[in-house]
Amino acid sequence: MSNDSGKSLYVIVAGCGRLGSYIANRLSEAGHSVVIIDPEENAFSRLSDEFSGFRVEGDATEFAVLQEAKVDKADLLIAATREDNVNLLVAQVARRIFEVPSVIARVLEPSRTEIYSSLDIKTVCPTLIAADTMLVSAGLFREEK
Amino acid sequence: MIYFLSRAFISKGHFVTLINRDAADCKHLARRLKATVVNGDGSDPEILEDAGVRMADAFLAVTSNDEDNLVACQIAERRFGVRRTLAMVTDPDNESVFKDLGVDRVFSLTGIVTSLIEQHAGFEDVTSLVPVGEGRFHATEMVLDGDSPALGRPLRDLGLPKQSLIAAVLRGEEPVVPRGNTVLEEGDRVILITLPEDYPAALKTLSGDET
Repeated sequence: MSNDSGKSLYVIVAGCGRLGSYIANRLSEAGHSVVIIDPEENAFSRLSDEFSGFRVEGDATEFAVLQEAKVDKADLLIAATREDNVNLLVAQVARRIFEVPSVIARVLEPSRTEIYSSLDIKTVCPTLIAADTMLVSAGLFREEK
Repeated sequence: MIYFLSRAFISKGHFVTLINRDAADCKHLARRLKATVVNGDGSDPEILEDAGVRMADAFLAVTSNDEDNLVACQIAERRFGVRRTLAMVTDPDNESVFKDLGVDRVFSLTGIVTSLIEQHAGFEDVTSLVPVGEGRFHATEMVLDGDSPALGRPLRDLGLPKQSLIAAVLRGEEPVVPRGNTVLEEGDRVILITLPEDYPAALKTLSGDET
């Protein structure tokens, strides 16, 4: 993947687990300003040495923590914690209250995603993506474009 | 708390279904309450379906995780059409956030306890009543003691903040409907309605004390 947007964005990533840290590292490497939020300080050890963004130690479900991360200035917010409901709360607060232009939430439970489709929040369901990818790669289904 | 809350609703004649993630808790609750108990995640649409949420008149989410309460209420409302949803929040900032996100009723446990403590601090004669008018008004009950600057003057001359009101006065056993010319006496039990921001000034007018 290459960064073809050309512009440096202010991105907030909620959750510094495997997914969050990977995304934060890629974004920072690509020259974007990244703020990553996680309640556990040791989670930040997953960030690469070259990570040049900010770390906020706190619970992203707390309004005050999002304010601390300056969510009102964000161009993009990615909710990548391990908990669907945390991601859905953070995503909605970012989109509806702080009007962040682009918000993406990871939602592991497929049955929760449909309700949120109407809310202008992109939900990404790793469960469904993994399932589709595996079935396509097993030759059992054709990839849908 | 869930047990007592449910017991209170049941005693009022309502039908209660409880959803709880902990299997042992579910067993306890099922044994002690005349209620349907479902073991599962209340923010999972399939569990909600199993619990019969489609037929519910009201849905209350009172877990200790704000985010779970939000999602549960939203799914209950959007997917299952439950009209009355109520969420408890622990982070007081989330009270207005959840209302903006469409939850019918939100209450902040921390907020309620904080305001009870603040309003009780130092004033044994002042009792804060339940918030009225969707929490936009303070209702306070207080007893006027001998030092009250409000004694002996008609209400209209007291200089209470504009949007405050003395709604009722209990004089001994007698209820008094206050009018502009009502004169307050020592020992009167006064019900005061104010906007939150006017409360300190109104309190000072009636009791002479600073909050």
